[in-house]
Amino acid sequence: MTTGGRHIAVVGAGMAAARFAERYRALGGTARVTLYGAEPRAPYNRVLLADVLTGRYDAEAIALQVGDAELRPGSEAVGLDVGARTLTLADGSIEAWDELVLATGANPVLPPIRGLRRPDGGGLRDRVHALRTLADCARLAEDATQAKRAVVVGGGVLGVSVARALAALGVSVEIVHQGPHLIERQLDAQASAALRGGLRALGVEVYLGNRARALTATGAVELANGYRLDTDLTVLACGVRPRTALAHAAGLAVDVGVVIDDTLATSAAQVYAIGDCTQHRGTVHGLSGPAWDQADVLAARLSGADPDARYTGSRPLARLSAGPLEYAAFGEVDVDEDHAEDAPYRNAAAADPELHVLRLTDATRGSYKKLVMRGDRLVGAILFGDLATVGDLTRAYERDDLLSDRPPLHLLTSYGAS
Amino acid sequence: MTTTTDTHCPYCSLQCGMRLSAPTAGSVDVLERPDFPVNRGALCGKGQNAAALLAPAARLTTPLIRDRRDRRDGRDMRDGRRGELRAASWDEALERVADGFAAIRAEHGADAVGVFGGGGLTNEKAYQLGKFARVALGTANIDYNGRFCMSSAAAANRIAFGIDRGLPFPLEDIPRTDCLILVGGNPAETMPPALRYFRELRENGGTLIVVDPRRTRTAEQADLHLQPLPGGDLALALGLLHLLIADGMVDVDFVAERTTGFEQARAAAMAHWPERVERLTGVPAAQLREAARLFGRARTGMVLTARGPEQQSKGTDTVGAWINLCLASGKAGRLHSGYGCLTGQGNGQGGREHGQKADQLPGYRSIEDPAARAHVAGVWGVDPDALPHSGRSAYELLDSLGRPGPDGVRGLLLMGSNPVVSAPRAAHIAGRLGSLDLLVVSDLVLSETAQLADVVLPSAQWAEETGTLTNLEGRVILRQRALDAPAGVRGDLWLLRELAERLGVKRGFDDDPETVFEELRRASAGGQADYAGISYARIRAEDGVFWPCPTEDHPGTPRLFLDAFATPDGRARFTPVTHRPAAEEPDAEYPLYLTTGRVLAQYQSGAQTRRVGALNAAAPGPFVELHPLLARRLQVAEGDPLTVTSRRGRAMAPARITDTIRPDTVFMPFHWPGAGRANTLTNPALDPTSKMPEFKVCAVRVEAAGRVEAAGWVETAGWVEAAAPVEAAVPVEAAARTAGDTTGRGRV
Repeated sequence: MTTGGRHIAVVGAGMAAARFAERYRALGGTARVTLYGAEPRAPYNRVLLADVLTGRYDAEAIALQVGDAELRPGSEAVGLDVGARTLTLADGSIEAWDELVLATGANPVLPPIRGLRRPDGGGLRDRVHALRTLADCARLAEDATQAKRAVVVGGGVLGVSVARALAALGVSVEIVHQGPHLIERQLDAQASAALRGGLRALGVEVYLGNRARALTATGAVELANGYRLDTDLTVLACGVRPRTALAHAAGLAVDVGVVIDDTLATSAAQVYAIGDCTQHRGTVHGLSGPAWDQADVLAARLSGADPDARYTGSRPLARLSAGPLEYAAFGEVDVDEDHAEDAPYRNAAAADPELHVLRLTDATRGSYKKLVMRGDRLVGAILFGDLATVGDLTRAYERDDLLSDRPPLHLLTSYGAS
Repeated sequence: MTTTTDTHCPYCSLQCGMRLSAPTAGSVDVLERPDFPVNRGALCGKGQNAAALLAPAARLTTPLIRDRRDRRDGRDMRDGRRGELRAASWDEALERVADGFAAIRAEHGADAVGVFGGGGLTNEKAYQLGKFARVALGTANIDYNGRFCMSSAAAANRIAFGIDRGLPFPLEDIPRTDCLILVGGNPAETMPPALRYFRELRENGGTLIVVDPRRTRTAEQADLHLQPLPGGDLALALGLLHLLIADGMVDVDFVAERTTGFEQARAAAMAHWPERVERLTGVPAAQLREAARLFGRARTGMVLTARGPEQQSKGTDTVGAWINLCLASGKAGRLHSGYGCLTGQGNGQGGREHGQKADQLPGYRSIEDPAARAHVAGVWGVDPDALPHSGRSAYELLDSLGRPGPDGVRGLLLMGSNPVVSAPRAAHIAGRLGSLDLLVVSDLVLSETAQLADVVLPSAQWAEETGTLTNLEGRVILRQRALDAPAGVRGDLWLLRELAERLGVKRGFDDDPETVFEELRRASAGGQADYAGISYARIRAEDGVFWPCPTEDHPGTPRLFLDAFATPDGRARFTPVTHRPAAEEPDAEYPLYLTTGRVLAQYQSGAQTRRVGALNAAAPGPFVELHPLLARRLQVAEGDPLTVTSRRGRAMAPARITDTIRPDTVFMPFHWPGAGRANTLTNPALDPTSKMPEFKVCAVRVEAAGRVEAAGWVETAGWVEAAAPVEAAVPVEAAARTAGDTTGRGRV
C-alpha cells in the first residue's frame, strides 16, 4: 500500500479527480495521493445534480469513491510552481509534490446579460443561479420551494435537465434559447422538436431564437426582442468553460483548455491534466465519459499497471434521461437538414455520396430515430423516446462496426424478445 | 428377485434422488424415486441414461501403463508418449506410481508431486485425497477442478456472509420468493429437474428475471431478460444498486442493523448511473429501471448466480456486487430471501469443504490457521508442523507442470478430472501434462487426459460405491452401492490406501467409506462446514442433512443467517466493488466476444456423456452459435464450418445460427476435445481472489472455413476427433476461389 514516499497532488476534487484516485489505488499505485478541492466537500457525482434538485438523490448519497486518497476539501490551489514542485493553497500553505494532476474542471459561462450580478459586483444576484456544484443545487432547491415561475437561460443539456427538474417540483418554467433549436450540439431539428413537445407536456415553454438581454430591477428577464418574462428565479445554463487560470499562471500551455498529449502530460514535466479542464488534440469535451477515460489512462500509467497506456480520444455519447424525456445522440447527427422530406433511406448529400440518412418517426409514440451512415459505418445517430436498441447502436458506433445490412434495421427496432 | 437401492445421480450438483434396480448381475435400471424432495422423481436425460457407463465395455477395467522412455527434453517426452498404453496388473501399476512419486520426491522435494482432484468425488474421497496429499505425499500442491466451478462465489460468500454454502436455503424456498434474479445460469439445460422451482415461482405470482448474454431456454421463461455483454454482469449489478438507492428502495433498517460497509458500496454504485451502465453493458437503461423496480419493490427476493458471472477474472467482485444488491434491499438473512450460487459439479459443494483446495483443511478450515492445523493434525495423528502450507490454485498448478526449477511439479496424481478438455488455454495445459515425468490418472473411462497418462487406474463409479456428497443446497446426501464393480476395477479409497502404504504410511487410510466419513466428522467438527452431527443413518432417515450440523441431536441447518450472518460480528459485509473490463476485450484483430457453456445432453468435459449413445445422438458435437446478422456478414449458412481464433489457438466447428445471441458474441459449448475444443480458445486470466479463470469472456475472430477442405475433413474425421491444424483455416481469397464466388468472404 502507501509507502509515503512519492506524493501525487491532484488539484481538484471533482469527478475526474475521484476517478483517478480510486483507479490509481485499485491498479496498485503506491504513492500518497492528495485531492485539493475548492468545494467544501468530498467528491460527488455531478452528473446526478439535476436529480438532487428533484429530491431523487440525497446530497450525501452521491459521494464517489476515492480509494484511500487524502481529501483536502475547501483547499483551493491558488499558486503552482512547476520548477519547485509546490502548490500554494488559499490559506497560504505550501504543499510539495512529485507528480501533479490538474483536474480543476470547468466553470459555468455567465452570459452577457445586464443586471446579473449584485450591485457590489460580488456575485450573482439573489434568485439568479448557476448549477455546477452541490452548493448551487442546495441554493436553487431552496429558492424553488418559494417559486411559482422560473426562467432557464440556455436550452442545452443542462438547461433542459434543470427545466424538467424544476417542472417536477411544480414550478412553471420557461426556457430562453438563443439557437434555432434545443440542444443543437447533439440533436437535429426534428429531435429537438420532439423534445420541445415533451417539455411542453411537462409544463415547460420554450422560446427559440431569443436572447436574454437583461434582468430588470424586479427580476424579470428581458429578451432582446423587448419581451419580458416575469419570474421568481432565473437559472443560467449557458455552458461551461475550462478552469485554466492556475495552469495559465504557472506557464503551462493553455488554449481553450490545458493542452495535453496522449499521455495526459501538460507542457510541464511531471504535470498532468485530466477532465473538463483539458484540451486534447484540439478537443474540449466537458463530459464525464471522456474525463473518466482520461483518468483511467493516467491511473494506469502512473500506477505502473500499464505505463504505456495512451489516451487517443473518446467518442462521447450524449445521453439524457430526465424523467420521461429520454434520448441518446452521438456523432454526426446534423446532416441532411435541408432535405428532410419524405424518402426514408436516400442519398443525403451529393457532395458525399457515401453518406446515407435513415429516419423512423412514430408520431403516436412520440419517438424519433435517425441513423447516419457513411458507407457501411454508423457515423451518427439519434434515438428519441424509444431507446430499445440503444445498447446495440452505441456498440456499433463505439466499435466502428461494419454494418453489412442495408438498411441496418436491427439498430432501429429491437431484435430480441427482451 | 430384483432388489432396489435408493441413491443419487452421478452428474450435477442437484444430486437428484434415483432408485436403482439390479435385474441381472452387472446391470441396473434407473427408476424414479418420487419421495426424494430435491427432484421429486424427475430426472433429465443424463440421469435416465446414467447406467449406460456401468457396462464393462464402456469403461476401463484394467490398469494401463506406458513404458518408460529415456526423455531428455520436452519434445522427447511428448514423442515418448506416442508409445501405447498397455494393460498391467494393479501390483505393477501401483508399484510404478509409488516408485515414481518417491523418486521425484527424493530428487526434487515433496512439492514436486502434485494432486489434482475433482468436484465429482464423494466427500470421503475428497477428504482422503487431501489427507493423502498432506500426509502421504507431504505436498502443498493439491487443488481441483472445482476451482473452475464456483470458487468466485465461494470467495464472495465468505467475504460477505462469513461462510460459503452454495444456497443458504433449500430449493423448495425458491417458489415462495416474490422476485428472483438468475444471473448467468441456464438450469433449463444444465439441471433440468431444478427448472420446476422457477416455474412454480412464476405460477405463484413471483417474478423471474434472467441475466444472460444469450436468450437461453431459461431466459425464455423469464418475465424480464437482460442481455448484457459478456463481462457486463458486475456493471449491471452496480447499476441496479444505484437505482435502488436513487429510488428509495434501500431497506434502511436492515442495512443499519445487519450489515456494515454500505457507504463505500453506495459510493461505488454512484459511479454507475443507469446511462453509464447502459453503455458498459448494452442493456438499455429502461430495462435496468424495470429490473430495479421489480426487485426493489418485491417483499422478498433472491439472487442466484451461476458460472456466467463467476467464471470471470472479476468473478469474486461480480458476485459481491450482486450480494450488495440483496443486502441493500434487505433481501438476505430472511425467510425466502437471499443470495445463492447454483453450484455445478455433483459434489462441487462438499468437494471444496474437506481439503481438496490448496488453501484449506477439512471443515472449510484455513490451512494457514494454527488452530485449524492443530485440530486436523490431531485427528490425523501427525505433527501440525509437518502439514504443508498453501499450494497453488488449479490453473497455476497445471501451468507449473513439468517446468524446470524448484517450482516445477514433476509428477501428478489426477483423480476424476479431465483438464485437457475443461481447463482454459487447453492446448497449453495438454502440453504441460505431456511434459510431466509421471502422470497418473484415476478415472472410469480413458478420458482425453488419461490418454496422456503414464499410468491409468480404472476407478469404480457411482452405483458401485457408497459415499456422501453435498448438493448445491448444502444437503449432505448418501449414494449407496447397488452393484459390484467389474473385475479389475477398484475404488479410489482403496487406491489411496494402497499408495499410502507403498509410500510408507501404513495407517490412516481406510478404504471403507463409512469409516472415512466418521473420521471426516471429527476432522470437520468445529469448522464452518461442520459435519460432526451427520451420520449415514441420519442421512437415510432424513432425506439428507444440511450442514452445519455440529451434534447428533442438532437438526441440521436448511436455512442459514436467519438470526445472524456467520461473520464475527454477525453482520453481512458490503464490498465496495467497481466495474472493470474483461482481461481481454475485443479489438480490431479479435473483434468478437466468445462465451462458453453447456448443452442439455452433455456434462462437463463429456468424458462420461460422450460415451452414452442416447446423449451423443442428442448432442453429437461442438458448434459455434452466432447471430443471423453476423452469419450474413460472414456469408455463412447453418452448418457451415467456421474457424474461431483467439490469442491462445484455433478451434473449428459448424455454425449454428440463432437470434437468441447478441450479434457481437459467439457461443461454444465446451464438452468436446479435438478441433472443436472451446477451451483451446479461452483465456486463463485469473481472478485475483478466487483464482477462477475467465472462461466466460475472451476475444476471438470468426472466419468461414474453406468449404472443400472442411467437407472432406468432416467425412473422414468428424468434428470431434479431427485435429486442429492451424492451416485448416483457408485465407479469405482462397476460400472465395474455391467457393466459386467473387465477393470474397467476410472475416469477423
